[in-house]
Amino acid sequence: MDIARRNNVTVTGNPQGPVVVLAHGFGCDQNMWRLTLPALVEDHRVVLFDYVGSGGSDLSAFSEDRYGSLDGYARDVVEVCEALDLRDAVFVGHSVSAMVGVLAADTAPERIGALVMVAPSPRYIDDEGYRGGFSAEDIDELLESLESNYLGWSAAMAPVIMGNADRPELGEELRNSFCATDPDMARVFARTTFLSDARDDLKSVRVPTLVLECVEDAIAPREVGAFVHRAIPGSTLVTLDATGHCPHLSAPDATNQAIRGFLAGLR
Amino acid sequence: MMCRSGRQQEPHDADGSALDAAFAAVLEDSAEELYENAPCGYLSTLMDGTIAKINATLLDWLGLEREAVVGRTRFTDLLTVGGKLYHETHFAPLLRMQGEVSGIALEVKQAGGGRIPVLVSSMVKHGSTGDPLLIRTTVFDARDRRAYEEELLRRRQAAEEARRQAEEARRQAEADRARLQDALAVLQRSLLPDTLAAVPGMEAAAYYHTASPDRLGGDFYDVFPVDAKRFAFFLGDVCGKGPEAAAVTSLTRYTLRAAALHDATPVAALSTLNTVLYDRYSAGGDPRYCTAVFGTLEPDPSTGRVTVRLASGGHPPVVVLRADGTADYVPTPGGLLVGILPSAPLAAATTVLAPGDTLLLYTDGLTEARTGEDRTSLYGEEALLAFATEHAGASPQAVIEALTGLLDGFGDGLDDDVALLALGVPASDHPTRTER
Repeated sequence: MDIARRNNVTVTGNPQGPVVVLAHGFGCDQNMWRLTLPALVEDHRVVLFDYVGSGGSDLSAFSEDRYGSLDGYARDVVEVCEALDLRDAVFVGHSVSAMVGVLAADTAPERIGALVMVAPSPRYIDDEGYRGGFSAEDIDELLESLESNYLGWSAAMAPVIMGNADRPELGEELRNSFCATDPDMARVFARTTFLSDARDDLKSVRVPTLVLECVEDAIAPREVGAFVHRAIPGSTLVTLDATGHCPHLSAPDATNQAIRGFLAGLR
Repeated sequence: MMCRSGRQQEPHDADGSALDAAFAAVLEDSAEELYENAPCGYLSTLMDGTIAKINATLLDWLGLEREAVVGRTRFTDLLTVGGKLYHETHFAPLLRMQGEVSGIALEVKQAGGGRIPVLVSSMVKHGSTGDPLLIRTTVFDARDRRAYEEELLRRRQAAEEARRQAEEARRQAEADRARLQDALAVLQRSLLPDTLAAVPGMEAAAYYHTASPDRLGGDFYDVFPVDAKRFAFFLGDVCGKGPEAAAVTSLTRYTLRAAALHDATPVAALSTLNTVLYDRYSAGGDPRYCTAVFGTLEPDPSTGRVTVRLASGGHPPVVVLRADGTADYVPTPGGLLVGILPSAPLAAATTVLAPGDTLLLYTDGLTEARTGEDRTSLYGEEALLAFATEHAGASPQAVIEALTGLLDGFGDGLDDDVALLALGVPASDHPTRTER
């Protein structure tokens, strides 16, 4: 199988530099990293990709079975690393992708040498002695929101979004396409993301890890950032002066500075 | 020109005045007034979402006081939790990447605990240096629209459910059909002998072609011993198909076997069958009948010849394939359908099979197979005789195999069941023709 095509892999930056893999979270695609790229391309070889079911990935490779668990997404990461024969890559994962990175690093330790977790949460739903920030009903509400918003999606647009752009006349209509996904696949990704519990997996982390959290994040509150930091011995926690769940978009300078500082410390 | 007068201008003047008054009212409607009481919600937030400005319409929808909102609340605080999640994972990133987002369906919470479905569009305002300064947002009441969309969604879900159920029903129907076909196949086999009785000094072969696995056929045949010297055989065709025809077939088969034990004379055996069928069906106003050939075989060990006595009730004539390469029908004219009249006229005939000779019995599914380009011609007795002549001298097994090949060649021109039975005396020491 052509993994590069399946996962819409983009390789850019300095071919001689250390490898950084940027992994998007639930919601959009690799375009989420557009403000991060400029800070990395000079010194690093940067790998971007879309999970199967998101962005420009090959939607025909999607199966509810595989992508109904975080392990399925971790397999995407490992397979992309293998296809490019990456070693000791720094894996930068946003939101749920931070946990996917933890699983991938555990499966293929030779491939992933360090982790940057951007606004991570190992569990979104409250539990005894743990505050994730959400109830199961909240997640049902999100699924309803997905039902009523087919961002940039219609059956007619699917071929364009899937990268078979043999209908350029549709290009104009590609509004909101960065977040375009097949609604059924988005639902699976949402369930997998928000119903997952990867708290125990944090213990497996053996690589240098940077945890980035925001001062105010409606999805991953401060308690969760502290939890992740505590669960990974030796990890560094940086609290960014940013609001929202996407500091790499809302506070790109601070985010880039933190990531570059961490990368410099790895040498 | 003549008609023109000042009075006619009056109504127009009056209209003009009303219009002017209306325009004056609109012009007095200040931009501020328009903003506050627009038919949609307006709000402006700082880049971190803090609400800096909000119009009266939106405050009214929310049931909130301006003082409680401005500078104190973020836009996402107005949303339901699900909406907040959606905002953070889709809306906010898109707004950052595109500078604008339009027509996103969300729900805002009301102070009283209610919710209003809304459509939200936002645009980032940039400063002179290109830095993002604030976000302008419009909020449209989408209650009716959402109800409509939910209705569409419900219909779609109902359609999907119906499709799923239909698929399930189709699978169930297929399984039922397969079970029914299995049962029918078992029943069909029960109407035919498992094996043909071995007649000393003779060979026998048979074939049954089922036109449709869904329908029980009505053709039948059998070969069985009658006494120490004689064997009996029969082959026939019950009119009709399906379970009722199968019931007649079953009755016919067991009646003929029992009748033969009582009196194996062919005409007598068929007469008994006629009486049984007539009494059982026709007399009660539900006529059911069949065509049949019944015969006995009397081998003469001293000569190796077999005397065949047969009777026919409306059945196509049997063929004898001779060792010398000829073939002929054994005419049985005048016989009538068995079971249709209280007393049936039956035709009797006798022939002798010498070594190398084969007697062939068949049902009309063979001669009535449709042939030709457009499947409008019938195969017919003439063609069958020619075919039999070609294979004269061949063993019963070889004749049946050749005919099976012929049937296969008819393809969809063969739409009826066909029963074939061949009884022959093996060729002795002198050379015989074999199958081509």
